[in-house]
Amino acid sequence: MPQIGSFTLLLGLALSVYAFVAGLYAIVRNDDRLSETARRAGIAIFLAVTAASAVLVYSAFTNDFSVAYIRQHSNRALPGPYKFAALWSGQEGSLLFWCWLLAAYGLVLRMRHKVDTRLVAHASVVISAVQIFFLILVNFAAHPFAMTTGTIPADGNGLNPLLQYPEMVIHPPMLYLGYVGMTVPFCFALAALIMKYPGEKWIHITRRWTMVGWLFLTCGIFLGSYWAYKVLGWGGWWGWDPVENASLLPWLTGTAFLHSVMMQEKRGMMKVWNMWLIFSTFLLAIFGTFLTRSGVVSSVHAFAESDIGPYFVYFLALTFATCMFFFVRNRKHLESEHKLESLVSRESSFLFNNVLLLVAAFAVLWGTLFPVLSEWVTGHKVTVGPPFFNKVNIPIALFLLLLTAVGPLLAWRKTSAESIRKNFLIPAVIAVAVGVGLVVYGIKPWVEISYFYSLMTVMLSVLVAATIGSEFIRGGLVIARHNGSNIFHGMYLLTRRNTRRYGGYVVHLGVIVTMIGFAGVAFYQNTEQELGFGDKMAIGPYTLICRSYTQDDKPNYSSEWAILDIYKNGKQITTMYPEQRFYKASGQPATIVANRSTIMEDLYLVYTGKNPENGRPIIKAHLNPLVWWIWAGAHFILVGTIIALLPNMQGKNQRPAPREQSPREQARALLDDAEESRSPVEAGSD
Amino acid sequence: MRIARKMYHRWAAGLLLASALLLMGAAGDPTGQRFDRLGHNLMCECGCGQVLLECNHVGCSTSEQMRQELKLSMARGDKDDVVLAGFVAKYGPAVLSAPTTTGFNRVAWIMPVVIFFAALTAVVLVVRAWKKRGPKDPPDSSAGPGEMDEFRQRAREETAL
Repeated sequence: MPQIGSFTLLLGLALSVYAFVAGLYAIVRNDDRLSETARRAGIAIFLAVTAASAVLVYSAFTNDFSVAYIRQHSNRALPGPYKFAALWSGQEGSLLFWCWLLAAYGLVLRMRHKVDTRLVAHASVVISAVQIFFLILVNFAAHPFAMTTGTIPADGNGLNPLLQYPEMVIHPPMLYLGYVGMTVPFCFALAALIMKYPGEKWIHITRRWTMVGWLFLTCGIFLGSYWAYKVLGWGGWWGWDPVENASLLPWLTGTAFLHSVMMQEKRGMMKVWNMWLIFSTFLLAIFGTFLTRSGVVSSVHAFAESDIGPYFVYFLALTFATCMFFFVRNRKHLESEHKLESLVSRESSFLFNNVLLLVAAFAVLWGTLFPVLSEWVTGHKVTVGPPFFNKVNIPIALFLLLLTAVGPLLAWRKTSAESIRKNFLIPAVIAVAVGVGLVVYGIKPWVEISYFYSLMTVMLSVLVAATIGSEFIRGGLVIARHNGSNIFHGMYLLTRRNTRRYGGYVVHLGVIVTMIGFAGVAFYQNTEQELGFGDKMAIGPYTLICRSYTQDDKPNYSSEWAILDIYKNGKQITTMYPEQRFYKASGQPATIVANRSTIMEDLYLVYTGKNPENGRPIIKAHLNPLVWWIWAGAHFILVGTIIALLPNMQGKNQRPAPREQSPREQARALLDDAEESRSPVEAGSD
Repeated sequence: MRIARKMYHRWAAGLLLASALLLMGAAGDPTGQRFDRLGHNLMCECGCGQVLLECNHVGCSTSEQMRQELKLSMARGDKDDVVLAGFVAKYGPAVLSAPTTTGFNRVAWIMPVVIFFAALTAVVLVVRAWKKRGPKDPPDSSAGPGEMDEFRQRAREETAL
């Protein structure tokens, strides 16, 4: 079987080279038939890489330890889902998985070629070039079907215990779908630049693809965070580790693009900026992969160091040079159609939003690379950890929150002072009232800077919620009055009629819910204690009483755990079982956190080990306020993005039967028609 | 008038009470907070790459030893900078979880701020330059010049959307 895997990988590479060369030649010679063969070769890449991936998974399930990768990342007792997850658990397998996802995206792109045959033909050539790079890697630098040298062992080394969690089965595919997904917008952008694509259709197509990639990347980041929280056992969900930072970088530039693209669609502005945002997002996705796989920076959960780093450096340099070449050559094609007229306008709010997101991206990149720079300059390596990233990024995040509140309510071109006063007075009063209420309740911003940040986060989040709420309520009321329905139905129709705008608001709502969760960090508590039978431990309003401690033995691992009765305000509310496992194949221990999550706080218990003298368990208890909000916010973001991806309900279907229309109805109809005629994508025509 | 005075007194009393409560609550557990703060300024040296107080290494003896050293140093009455300098002397500069504000390390802190202000200044300058040159609004293919914006504005005003 491994030979079949190797063969299909080589076949995939040959097909990619054909799709690239034939596709390019067909474009130059304007040969439609040749272009079609290149497209079909592109589709066949997917079949070849799928076959290779299937062979690797099959090898894991059949315990074929003659394949070195399977020997290193699987073992006989490993449960089925984790054998499947072994596909992306190591360097070689995860690169193969990357290839497969890229081939899958390429398949969708090529199957939808009728959207714009010529544009897709160009994009197909670009994606083939990217595919060639990754297939060269898996064929020659990190071969997943390399054979075990010497005697084939009876059992494998097993999967890293930290990866043996359900979240870890979902998190990497989501993250990779996001990373790889950013390739498609890049291909369309470069294709449009190369062919000097007339009009803005390419940007509509690119925006939707970016949103899909962004959605997966967001899910991947949140799932990774959730995994870190549930599995790593340190009580936090984000450690500013280089691997985490690597995923955040393309997310930040992708978010900037999703905002500034509106200026190009609505006003024909910022074309150069948007082009480079797409290029940067792709380059950062590749750069992040380089960071985590080359050993350039040390990370808690990076892949093993390997010699594939130089491949990525060459690829990054070549990609950047290609982008720069075509940009310099065709930059006149990207001239703006309009200019910015006022600092107080929707356009300028997008501009400032973009600046802040890019400064945040720079700060993250800078902090991640500074240890390398410092070592190079001074000869000493320094650590750039959470205190640096928090100090630099929290003020930026607060500015962004402020813009999230202000931006959507500003008009395009220019906003009058009267309009600002009318739109913001009530939300601002509500936000200040909440701030005062929190200070009175006991949050003292003058005691610690973290309290100040938390207070500001909540106040600004309330401001955003109030502005979004007022948008939904006012719009919903207008529609409800017209249709004679209730406000909720009005809000539903409002959202369906402009899914992008109102889906975007739901995403913003998700962001502020998440930010409120972040604000809870300032009030974390933790304590550690050795607990014998009947011993008590107190944290916040909770009392933990050790009922018992015990152990168990399973084929894949042995375990120890404590049985703790949890009391709140003198009343037993539950029993929790913090656990520690020892995985036999890898010989590594791992913690299984016991977590009781409520809307106000998480009671998070870790079995940190046993006192070697008396055998009593040592329990570390964390009281983490508002963590539930972080995961709730992620759900809002997910739902909002899906809404934004849905096509708009056609305006004409909603209008009543012909009758004399009021000025308001006429204006509404004009707005619908204008939106539809300007943006076919939003009307669901792409 | 009397009612107004009564209301004023009530408000003043309420404010005083709130201020007193806030000031009373300002006192916390300074030793625990200091340990927590300093512990977050240090990295665990076991190789896990995590902040000292967040090392999740099962049975990590290094973090336990470092925590004891931190407690001892605090108990000796060492000031914050002396505590941290002691750790740097023993474990090297990478034991600090963030760059210091001395020497080349200052660059780490300065650069994001410089970039932030440079970017903001650039945006303001670009917008001003654009404003000076005046708007460039070519006629739209589907509507007369400015018509679309008028429609939008009118629709927004009249439907309050």
